[in-house]
Amino acid sequence: MVALIPLFPFVGFLVNATCGRRLPKVVSGGLASLAMVAAFAVSALSVWQLAALPVDARAIEQTVYTWIASGDLVLGLTFRVDPLSAVMILVITGIGSLIHIYSTAYMHDEPDSEFARYFSYLNLFAAFMLVLVLGASFVVMFVGWEGVGLCSYLLIGFWFKKKSASDAGKKAFVVNRIGDYAFILGMLLLFTRFGTLDFQGVASAVAGLPPEATFGALSLATLLLFIGATGKSAQIPLYTWLPDAMEGPTPVSALIHAATMVTAGVYMIGRNAVLFSHTPETMMVVAVVGAATALMAGTIGIVQNDIKRVLAYSTVSQLGLMFLAMGVGAFGAGIFHLYTHAFFKALLFLGSGAVIHALHGEQDIRNMGGLKAGLPITYWTFLIGSLAIAGVPGLAGFFSKDEILFETFADGHTVLWVVGALTSLLTATYMFRLVFLTFHGSASAKATADTHDLAWNAGLPSHAHSHGHGAGSHLHDAPPAMAIALVVLALGSVLAGYVGVPHALGGHNQLATWLEPAFEAEHTASATAEVVAPAAEPAGGLQASGEASEESETGEARLELTLMGVSSAIAFLGIGIAAFIWLKRRPSTSSGQVEIADRMAQRFPGLHRLLLNKYYVDEVYDAAVVQPIRIISEEGLWRGFDVRVIDGAVNGAASIVDGGAWMLRRLQTGSVRTYAGSVIFGVTMILGYYLWR
Amino acid sequence: MPGESLNVPLLTLSWTLPLAGALLLLLVGNAGGRRDDLVRWLALTISLAVFGVTLGIWAAFDPASPEFQLVERHAWIPAFGIDYYVGIDGISLLLVVLTGFLTPIALLSSWHSVEKKVKEFSIFVLALEAAMIGVFLSLDLFLFYVFWDAMLIPMYFLIGIWGYDQRIYAAVKFMLYTMAGSVLMLIAILGLAYLHSAATGSYSFDLLKLYTLDIAPRTQFWFFLAFALAFAIKVPLFPFHTWLPDAHVQAPTAGSVILAGVLLKMGTYGLVRFAFPLFPAAAVYFAPWIALLAVIGIIYGALVAMVQPDMKKLVAYSSVSHLGFVVLGICAMNVQGMQGAVYQMLAHGVSTGGLFLIVGMLSDRRHTRLISEFGGLKAVMPRLTAAFFIMTLASIGLPGLNGFVGEFLIMVGAFRWDPRYVVGAGLGVILSAVYMLWMFQRVFYGNVTHEENANLPDLQTHEWASVIPLCAAAIVMGVFPTLFLKPMEPAIEKLVQRLQSVQTLRVEDTSGQGARIKGQIQYAGGGR
Repeated sequence: MVALIPLFPFVGFLVNATCGRRLPKVVSGGLASLAMVAAFAVSALSVWQLAALPVDARAIEQTVYTWIASGDLVLGLTFRVDPLSAVMILVITGIGSLIHIYSTAYMHDEPDSEFARYFSYLNLFAAFMLVLVLGASFVVMFVGWEGVGLCSYLLIGFWFKKKSASDAGKKAFVVNRIGDYAFILGMLLLFTRFGTLDFQGVASAVAGLPPEATFGALSLATLLLFIGATGKSAQIPLYTWLPDAMEGPTPVSALIHAATMVTAGVYMIGRNAVLFSHTPETMMVVAVVGAATALMAGTIGIVQNDIKRVLAYSTVSQLGLMFLAMGVGAFGAGIFHLYTHAFFKALLFLGSGAVIHALHGEQDIRNMGGLKAGLPITYWTFLIGSLAIAGVPGLAGFFSKDEILFETFADGHTVLWVVGALTSLLTATYMFRLVFLTFHGSASAKATADTHDLAWNAGLPSHAHSHGHGAGSHLHDAPPAMAIALVVLALGSVLAGYVGVPHALGGHNQLATWLEPAFEAEHTASATAEVVAPAAEPAGGLQASGEASEESETGEARLELTLMGVSSAIAFLGIGIAAFIWLKRRPSTSSGQVEIADRMAQRFPGLHRLLLNKYYVDEVYDAAVVQPIRIISEEGLWRGFDVRVIDGAVNGAASIVDGGAWMLRRLQTGSVRTYAGSVIFGVTMILGYYLWR
Repeated sequence: MPGESLNVPLLTLSWTLPLAGALLLLLVGNAGGRRDDLVRWLALTISLAVFGVTLGIWAAFDPASPEFQLVERHAWIPAFGIDYYVGIDGISLLLVVLTGFLTPIALLSSWHSVEKKVKEFSIFVLALEAAMIGVFLSLDLFLFYVFWDAMLIPMYFLIGIWGYDQRIYAAVKFMLYTMAGSVLMLIAILGLAYLHSAATGSYSFDLLKLYTLDIAPRTQFWFFLAFALAFAIKVPLFPFHTWLPDAHVQAPTAGSVILAGVLLKMGTYGLVRFAFPLFPAAAVYFAPWIALLAVIGIIYGALVAMVQPDMKKLVAYSSVSHLGFVVLGICAMNVQGMQGAVYQMLAHGVSTGGLFLIVGMLSDRRHTRLISEFGGLKAVMPRLTAAFFIMTLASIGLPGLNGFVGEFLIMVGAFRWDPRYVVGAGLGVILSAVYMLWMFQRVFYGNVTHEENANLPDLQTHEWASVIPLCAAAIVMGVFPTLFLKPMEPAIEKLVQRLQSVQTLRVEDTSGQGARIKGQIQYAGGGR
């Protein structure tokens, strides 16, 4: 039954890919959405079955067939639902269904064939994403890993006539491939070492080993896997593709580049929690990279003017927090944030999509404002999402972000905690900058929207003149299919956190308890595994938040409450800063009044330019890597070595033979006198030689 | 087994049938191209029949046995111990099937693009097929050499007559490069027969007998070099590859498909069948160096492919990169490496054959292969775009398509042997995505920038017939690789055991023999 989960969307893909262009939109879009809903139903059923099993035996496995077999390498297409993948499949199919439904309205202006193409890609993505999380071995995961990369490529470049879109798609694929290269090496290293690529097999084998005190083979393997994760999950140094990926349709950004695919790296570490917690050095790298990415992306996010790019950098930043959690061994907290983030970030993207939809393609927040009245559903849901991500107490983001910060602090990483707290401050600030500039203040959209509208439509016929009136005059709030998704996700953004209410607040943190078995070596299979499992305990970092011993429990609870107070204060502070700068003084284009943000930009022009240009990382990569490789390949290797050296040698050899032949030909002139002359010359030389010596 | 019970000499039939077909076509009077269509249909029918025979061989083949099967043996030149001796094992089986599969596709690809001398063209294609199949079947080195050189002639004419502007230069370059290698190989083959007579008193070209010869490591050293050079040129291994881009670019589409699909595999097949098992001690000695060249070729081929302005050249250089993987797998000399190598030969035949096929279709329509002349074709020809995209993904090794299986197995095998090679080779994974997707973007995405491209027709019926089997093969090979891995496994395990028995000798340095072999090889190596 487990195999049905990815199969439904895959069948949806096949239908839409083969005969979608001949189907009306209701059928092709409906079919795709139905496939997702069916997958969700089966997922829910599987999870229900899983929950009925005893805690130690919570795994449902299905091997579809033996995919590759060569010598002692036998790779089955095996799916496994366990507490961790259970969370993932619910998120993917649940939020995926909503985004499919939303898309039926959002993409409605596309021609039938393009509409079907869109849904075929979207379904294929869901299928691969489900394979990724359900895969019971590295290789099956890798199938999904590459597959979602492909779909991401196709969907980012969906409007393929637009160069920036196809560029962005290609960039995403190639940058991901760099990560995949490391991922493959890590995978091979593990296989060579343990003779298996099954997650449980590797975990059981590792559980019996002591943690690596110094950087060894295991640490190298996990580091390589993590580099793979930095590609997929957009972390330093491979994050640059994600902001560009916003060229894709907005629902794609919500599904792939916020809720699901980009979290694959976090999931992968959670999946290999036993392995990673045996390599403290790599864990430190994970935590530091995560924290650094979180902070860096947050600082960029605060000055960007494209509504989707702000959200993209926010995603990079939030993913950084998840990696921070994984790196300090708080696997449960990382997955918790992954799960809540999926709700509010998908909501925010879909909300931004509704704004863009209403403004006929306008994405620059400087041209927006005062949309609150015209787009009430969008506004209120967007506000809820922003409150949730900012970490306002009671909403989903609060619980998960707080757990990460608490675990970081409790694990003794004060500096990382400060970085995390700063990131939270930035998050609250840039999110409410977005809210205030977009929905509050005066409607500055009117003046500029029309011209932007034209420019945008030139590249994308999709939204062209579909609404028979000028932008800004009659705003259309989200149509029903879009509104449903927004409302449901807004509910989720409020409620999703309540599965993980910490003990300090009198909750039970059910999610942590539920996930716990997934972060330990196998209980289910054999007695040997049970003997091995306790050995993993001293490895540290495996304990979920509620596991503290009794004596220190009250102390920890006090600490947790204190930190909670701090982070709540931070959230409100961030919102306050945003309100102070961007709410009170909306720039009015006529008065020429300089607002605070502009004044600050003028006072620190260097810093502002640095942030606006995203620390020039793209430019540095281009100058340091891309251009040198291109030039060396073209001038050095091809025109230089291949053509000049090798072919030069080959052609040179040919011309030597040719020249030799020419000389020999000259000798055979047929002229008796020449022959006689040479004979005499030769005899003279020989005689001379003998006489002389 | 059906083949044996019916007593049909399937192997002989598989190479004589295309040859007979070629002879039959000779008899068709086709002055002024009157009967071009008849010739085309006849050739296609014959090649399909040959494909049927190769499938029959597969059906008759016992996948559990590592031995040569369906063996036929008749004395040919008894004075020198030369036999007509053919047989098939898991390694050659699927290569024969691949040849049978690609030849009808190659003929279909020239359905409209070859207009001059259709009869002669078809004759050469069929003759080439006969020779190629013969190479894979031969168990007698002399017979092998005859087929080996017989391949050159039709290929030479295919490039030289039906090729593009610089076809003569390309044909001659192809011929000379290959001949340079084969001459050395001929000397080595004769030397082997002599060694056999020195050891047993009679000449023999029987591969299985020669396998059992106990050849002194120093002799192995030189013989291996002679064989390996011939095969390295054919692969082509860096730095012997520069004939390939010229040959590919100038060859007609059918020539490119066969060249990429089958002919390049002759080199790697030769390494697997002859150079490595005949001279295992030398193979162990040289493997690290050959693997190094292979890895250089993987990266070099990819980098140079990236900057090519010509689509055909780009695909040609990508072949240098892909075949580097094959050679690396062979050098690993373990089951995954070898099996991956043979699988990659098949996969590359399908995907690169497919790429050349579709590039040929574009070239037929626009009479140019320059990437800059295209752009925005996705909107104009969506079906061709989809087919090309599948081949692109197959070529860059996306899991679920054929390219991944071979590459992955090779990397597993090579990693177990020496991870450093995989660190280099893996870069090919990144670079292949760069050059293929960049080409794809420039040709198919964006707006139509050249007016000539605005009304290009999408795939035609005969083009469908050639594209669909390739796409299907790419998908089936990616999703159900065990269908193809199973029959080759026993033969490969046997081969690996043979090679590893020497490797262990070398590792156990303290044991007298191992040290002696190593010492002698080093001596021989020092004598260069």
